Amino acid sequence: MQVPLSWLKDFVTIDRPVAEVDRILTNAGLEVKTIEYIGIPGADLVWDRDLIVLGHILQVEQHPNADKLVLATVDYGADAPEVVVTGAPNLFEFVGQGDISSRGLYSPLALEGAELYDGHKDGRVKMKLKGRPLRGIHNRCMVCSEKELGISDEHEGIILMVKDQWLPDYQAGTPMQDVLGDAVLEIDIIPNIARCASMLGVAREYAALTNQPLRLPDYHVVMDGPPVEGKVVITTDKPELNPRFVGMVIHNVRQIDSPYWMQYRLRLAGQRPINVVVDISNYVMLEMGQPNHTFDYDFLRQRADQYAPDGPIHIHTRLPQPGEMLTTLDEKVHKLPPHAILVTDPLSNLSLGGIMGGLDSEIKPETQNVLLEAAAWNFINIRRTANALGIHSDAAFRFSRGVHPSQALLGAKRAAELMRRLAGGTVAQGIVDYYPNPPQAATVKLAYDYARRLSGLDLSGEAMADLLRRLEFAVTVHEDHLLATVPDHRLDIEGPHDLVEEICRVYGYDNIPNTILSDPLPPQRGNPKLEQEERIKDVLVQAGLQELITFRLTSPMYEAKLLPGSEGDAWPYVALTNPNSAERAVMRHSLLASVLEIAAHNSRYQERIAIFEIGPIFIEDEEEILPTEQTRLSLALTGQRGVPGWQGNNAGQYDFFDLKGILETLFGELHVPVNYEAAQHPSYRPGRTARLLLNGQQIGVMGELHPLVTERLDLHIERDQPVLAADIDLDALIPHIPPYYQYAPISPYPPIEEDLAVVVDVGITAVTVEEIIRRAGGPLLKDVRLFDVYEGEQIGKGKRSLAYHLTFQATDKTLNDKAVAKQRQRIIATLAQRLNARIRE
Amino acid sequence: MLEELETLYTEALAKLEQVENTAVLETWYHDTLGRKGAVYLLTRQVGQMDPAIRPAFGKRLNEVKNDLQAAYDGRLAALKTAELEAAIASSALDVTLPGRPLPTGGLHIVTQTLRDIYRIFGDMGFQVYRSPDVETDAYNFELLNFPPHHPAREMQDSFYTTKPDVILRTHTSAGQIRAMQAYYPEPVRVILPGMCYRNEQITTRSSIQFTQVEGLAVGHNISMADLKGTLTEFARRMFGAGRQTRFRASYFPFTEPSAEMDITCFLCESKGCQVCKYTGWLEILGSGMVHPTVLRNGGYDPGVYTGFAFGMGPERIAMLKYGIDDIRQFWGNDLRFLQQF
Repeated sequence: MQVPLSWLKDFVTIDRPVAEVDRILTNAGLEVKTIEYIGIPGADLVWDRDLIVLGHILQVEQHPNADKLVLATVDYGADAPEVVVTGAPNLFEFVGQGDISSRGLYSPLALEGAELYDGHKDGRVKMKLKGRPLRGIHNRCMVCSEKELGISDEHEGIILMVKDQWLPDYQAGTPMQDVLGDAVLEIDIIPNIARCASMLGVAREYAALTNQPLRLPDYHVVMDGPPVEGKVVITTDKPELNPRFVGMVIHNVRQIDSPYWMQYRLRLAGQRPINVVVDISNYVMLEMGQPNHTFDYDFLRQRADQYAPDGPIHIHTRLPQPGEMLTTLDEKVHKLPPHAILVTDPLSNLSLGGIMGGLDSEIKPETQNVLLEAAAWNFINIRRTANALGIHSDAAFRFSRGVHPSQALLGAKRAAELMRRLAGGTVAQGIVDYYPNPPQAATVKLAYDYARRLSGLDLSGEAMADLLRRLEFAVTVHEDHLLATVPDHRLDIEGPHDLVEEICRVYGYDNIPNTILSDPLPPQRGNPKLEQEERIKDVLVQAGLQELITFRLTSPMYEAKLLPGSEGDAWPYVALTNPNSAERAVMRHSLLASVLEIAAHNSRYQERIAIFEIGPIFIEDEEEILPTEQTRLSLALTGQRGVPGWQGNNAGQYDFFDLKGILETLFGELHVPVNYEAAQHPSYRPGRTARLLLNGQQIGVMGELHPLVTERLDLHIERDQPVLAADIDLDALIPHIPPYYQYAPISPYPPIEEDLAVVVDVGITAVTVEEIIRRAGGPLLKDVRLFDVYEGEQIGKGKRSLAYHLTFQATDKTLNDKAVAKQRQRIIATLAQRLNARIRE
Repeated sequence: MLEELETLYTEALAKLEQVENTAVLETWYHDTLGRKGAVYLLTRQVGQMDPAIRPAFGKRLNEVKNDLQAAYDGRLAALKTAELEAAIASSALDVTLPGRPLPTGGLHIVTQTLRDIYRIFGDMGFQVYRSPDVETDAYNFELLNFPPHHPAREMQDSFYTTKPDVILRTHTSAGQIRAMQAYYPEPVRVILPGMCYRNEQITTRSSIQFTQVEGLAVGHNISMADLKGTLTEFARRMFGAGRQTRFRASYFPFTEPSAEMDITCFLCESKGCQVCKYTGWLEILGSGMVHPTVLRNGGYDPGVYTGFAFGMGPERIAMLKYGIDDIRQFWGNDLRFLQQF
């Protein structure tokens, strides 16, 4: 909401600098987003206090040498008035009228040397005013347009203000800074400060925060027209949706332009001036927060002649009939949702209550008599309706956040009186006020102890009461509590906690001390699962992998790329009804698919990709309300092992055993005994796929991706370049990570090292051979390390040689060759017996 | 004989002067002081000498021997030094050539930021509690005091799933009630990190997915002053000891009173810059005292218990700290981005 500081000053004294006003409001929850300065320091164009002043127009005469120029005699407080040559079209009507000083016409007058914007150039170009002759008459001053002062882009005529009882008593010569200079605050109206969606609302907060009195608008209305009684009847069948409806009738309004001060304020507040009747309606809404609406009274009367020739106009609010339509004043046709509350007469609907007027019943240029509506509406219902119809009017903005019914009568009176004074209207005697169930003002009990405990402030009951009274609560102070009656402009106070917020706000959040929690520390349990996940990340980072965090929303089509030959997996998805895009429409089933999506992206730029992610996957569960969320670990490797430097990069490409080495390192660090077994999986290349077994349970799959999968992933890689991947179920793994384990003592005695090459049939797996060696080697065999694998003619077809480096060591003595030879013979004998192996010498 | 000795002495010293490398020096040593060298040969003749001059000759012979040894030692040291210097001089590298690059890994910047947050709040007794990404409307809204059609719901555009009343959580506040239910009747001091989702336009400033860290403390005597103190401590450890905080009144349906916390801009030291929009302040988190309805929904009697809650965005913190201007980088996972952190 745009709030001109000058408008606030109608209701509260503001003598602090603008920055201080900003700070006070912002800290109290009325966040000032931006400040626009007009004419005063802070603005791009500052109006010089001596050179740009208020001028009183005394006389306007035709320029003797030019049809399109006039000579205006302007008093600006100096000894003699100044004659100004101007082409302002809005002065022409005064030519030849002689002395017009009694008409109170004022305009900004710029004196020679003043800096202004050039009215004849596009945009805002500054210029300095210089005296020069215009068609033979020397001119050194200028009456100004809004454009020249930087108020708007308006340059059709000059600013022409008529002095009336509403304008402060400015004198000719008053610096324009004091007349039209302003700062406009853009305030963010968050839901709980709906009461501040008006100048009065903001002023009320400022008054409370600075402990100053608030000056209310004048709600008195002179009603001297014909009585309204018997002419208008108002009813509703939904008082819970329309708790109050105030109607007033104003006769003989003139739809002229509103006075300059009103137009100026509306513009600063972001409203376009239309004519005085519409402007007053908007002005009252902005001023005190009550939206209101004007109907064409004669139009309603003509309709009444059809349904009640001798009876009153009957305004009735109700819900729509099935299929009912309404055309709003912006000429849009709406199909009404069943909860939309309508203002109607017995013939048909007239307007959309609280949101927007109807096209037929609104005032027209020739309208002279108006029915003014100021009503109260249920805010949730207005919100639902406005959202359903997509109408975001200023009225809907306010009503959908809550306007107290008490405001309706005040708003109607204020608008009627303005129409009387500014539009020349006559206000009918009497007010039709349909208000079946005025609510009781709520009284909230606040225990001091609670307030102190919640706020951390050690305030007396009287001090708390004083802070609340500044916000217009009626407070009585008791021994251990106070009773606060909520003022009738507020709908947001429900319980004692709300009062504590008000106390803290007015006291100032910045004045509350900062303390350290002194409450007992809860039992410290940590988060073991998270801690293990973070440990796994650390191991993988040490192994040279980069962690990712990817989108958890994906599409079934993308994930199906990992499963060639099928439409996707068999599990149901968590699917969105309102996805942002088709690519992000379901919660993922595969973390690996997310990781590979990133691999594909990076493959355009990177020679080496080594990445992983730990994160959830989501399987819809038809039995339960929420899906199953499983934590997975996915890894992907492809490309160069090393990073190219100036000494060359000969490390080669990642292959199956790089990935396996990383996984072995990980499980080694975690001390979980994972076994690998040849396996089949549609995502992976047959013969290069292993499943990971932990205590006989499968916890994941690893391998080289199936060439059909890599082809479908749009990876920018070399032909036949392997892409290695693993997908591991951390929910299955983490519970098996031991909290502690035994260390292996370091022997002080020297080891004996030997090599052993074993020739076996090709079908026999390495893990089988190694296991037999370890078992047969007994406790003296400390380490078995495979260092060579060979297949070839030397050892015969269908045979494979596995060469191991064996380390024998005792913890209590120095081993001799005899003891080692004995173990070696046992190993050889067992391998021969179990695997029909022979030793290659 | 003595003459012969003096000649030997003078000549040996003169030769030594000529020696230019350690190899020649070794030859000199072999010829002069070695086992079959000139000095040794003279020594062997001492026995056949006239006993009258023998002591004087013997004395002089020892002197010559010691002098030559000392001269040799000095020459050897000098030559070694010279040779080392020459070797060093000839093996100089262009130290500005780049090093051998290592294939390194790294943690995602959001993980790094989250760990900072875990560590700081961990020191204050806050433990990590996690709750699901896919949530019920009840936990995400209703139990947090957002009634249906409440204006506050419009501040967060939800993703709805095909199951009625099941949505993607719009904030980690959704875990507040779950944490309270899990901990009741113990006091609660938790942080709740997690991924959140909102149906927003994807721009440089907003994403359909983002992480959040919620914090929650519930106990018998927890006040707004504790909230301010705890979060100010956090700000100083996260952003530097010199940071000042400012608390502004705000609105969240699940807290009352509510506050936004700003910190003094660490980029310009509050002199005013583009990032702080020339205000000197950076908005860091939302917070407030847990609403009595929320406490009650979590099982805690608001007449007995009070608490505070807060929520912050790790991406925003990282964006401020490292000048990242596009939130889409976080989930784009371009390695050229990730490996900068």
